[in-house]
Amino acid sequence: MIRPQSIGAVTPQTEHFGEALNLRSGGVLPEYDLVYETYGALNASATNAVLVCHALSGTHHVAGYYEDDPGNVGWWDNLIGPGKPLDTRKFFVIGVNNLGGCAGSTGPRSLNPATGKHWGADFPFVTVEDWVTAQARLADRLGIHRFAAIVGGSLGGMQAISWSLQYPERVANVVAIASTPRLSAQNIAFNEVARQAILSDPDFHGGHYYEHGTIPTRGLRLARMIGHITYLSDDSLAEKFGRNLRHGRPMYNFDIEFEIESYLRYQGDKFSQQFDANTYLLTTKALDYFDPAFEHGGHLPAALARSTADFLVVSFTTDWRFAPERSREIVYALLHNQRNVSYAEIDCAAGHDSFLLDDPRYHGVLRSYFDRMKV
Amino acid sequence: MSYRYDFDVIAQWIAPGEKVLDLACGDGSLLKHLMAVRQVQGYGVENNVDNVVACIDNGINVIQVDLEKGLAGFEDGFFDHVIMSLSLQAIHNTQGILAEMLRVGREAVVSFPNFGFWRHRQSILNGRMPVSESLPHQWFNTPNVRFFTIADFDALCEINGIAIRERLAFDEGKLVIEEPNFLASVAVYRLGR
Repeated sequence: MIRPQSIGAVTPQTEHFGEALNLRSGGVLPEYDLVYETYGALNASATNAVLVCHALSGTHHVAGYYEDDPGNVGWWDNLIGPGKPLDTRKFFVIGVNNLGGCAGSTGPRSLNPATGKHWGADFPFVTVEDWVTAQARLADRLGIHRFAAIVGGSLGGMQAISWSLQYPERVANVVAIASTPRLSAQNIAFNEVARQAILSDPDFHGGHYYEHGTIPTRGLRLARMIGHITYLSDDSLAEKFGRNLRHGRPMYNFDIEFEIESYLRYQGDKFSQQFDANTYLLTTKALDYFDPAFEHGGHLPAALARSTADFLVVSFTTDWRFAPERSREIVYALLHNQRNVSYAEIDCAAGHDSFLLDDPRYHGVLRSYFDRMKV
Repeated sequence: MSYRYDFDVIAQWIAPGEKVLDLACGDGSLLKHLMAVRQVQGYGVENNVDNVVACIDNGINVIQVDLEKGLAGFEDGFFDHVIMSLSLQAIHNTQGILAEMLRVGREAVVSFPNFGFWRHRQSILNGRMPVSESLPHQWFNTPNVRFFTIADFDALCEINGIAIRERLAFDEGKLVIEEPNFLASVAVYRLGR
């Protein structure tokens, strides 16, 4: 055992793909870039690769930091590194920015080769399945035929599940955390409110705001605020902010009074300055569309019959966005198919965002699972 | 990893390659044993996350479920055997869990400490709650919530229409034939409908 430590300074890389990608929506990406990072070393037999799939606002920057920006630490740095649960001394870990993203991979902000202008609203709809197909092409380039594990939280978990259905022979293990086999009506409802906030922002210009030199920050801000409420639990909000008043008493105006208002506005402002509105729209739709059981009459066990991977499924008791019930659906569908599956339901107060925290029981489960994994 | 003599008793009731569910499976020792000697497709159920981790360390499939809430989600008749080894006395909903075991399994295997064991009776006669190898806790820190004897359990099965297909009783790992409710500290049952 060594003391868990950072992987250190990391450098993103870009891979260009000249062959067209046919998308589930019927759209076509004639060519595209994927930006990615890797941590650790691929072994000689290329059997120790782990792909980490990101969620709505995540990127390829999963662990470590940038030499010229040491404060920019990867979003899952507490999990990945030497001596950490996903130990980079054993595994070769890959993070990829998904297509349609806004962190370097081809997305709505990129130039459409056909027009020489930003794709904007013309960027085709991309799905979880499309992301997986693109990730698989990147794996081909990296010489990885079969992953030791595909890991993801939330929307990342959907990609991990989809991997095991699209490329069953290429996945030894799936680790699906705080995930779901499909969004509920309530989930879609929240996404729709977020989208409407963006779509109705006068600065949105039908998605072609790049040409207008505007950014729909107000819409994006609202979208993030509502999203953020769903990532946290009632209890964690109560504990963090309660009814605390900034001025100690009501001021009878619409400025920031309650601390929760301050927090939400801060989160919304920060997000709207860095994230792309079209990416947000596309990504929430990818979430909505994901439903591997749809083609099987809604019968999830039939859908998961294709998967041959071993599964670790983890949920959090206070996650009401992707509640434990959704994870259990995955577990029982795998059980129906007599697959190897383990399931942990972590008692953690932080809601959906628990999957990003380093609760010792949660990380203990992951550490054991990764430690035991054969490479 | 712990090994207990009742593992061998249970293993003899399991056919090779069966689907087995072990409730309150602890660190997965029994399933590991059954995988080794009977090549079962095994799943454990635990509600203690430390035990979930221990099962994963042991390479055992484990599903975190609160047994007090039953086995909703597990399909009818899916398992050949559903086992609960030395844990029935720690569950409030005794009748509920027995019904659930026989719903999801073709047969159930249950073992429990016999509170009617003579040493336990002697202890009560002496005015103190029993503490023994099979009941190792003090009254104030025991995880056990149901206190029953072999005779009590036989009566419960009768009331609930549960068929006792086989019953073996032991003291210190040795089979007890005569007067098991008095002379045995642990009983292992094979149950059906």
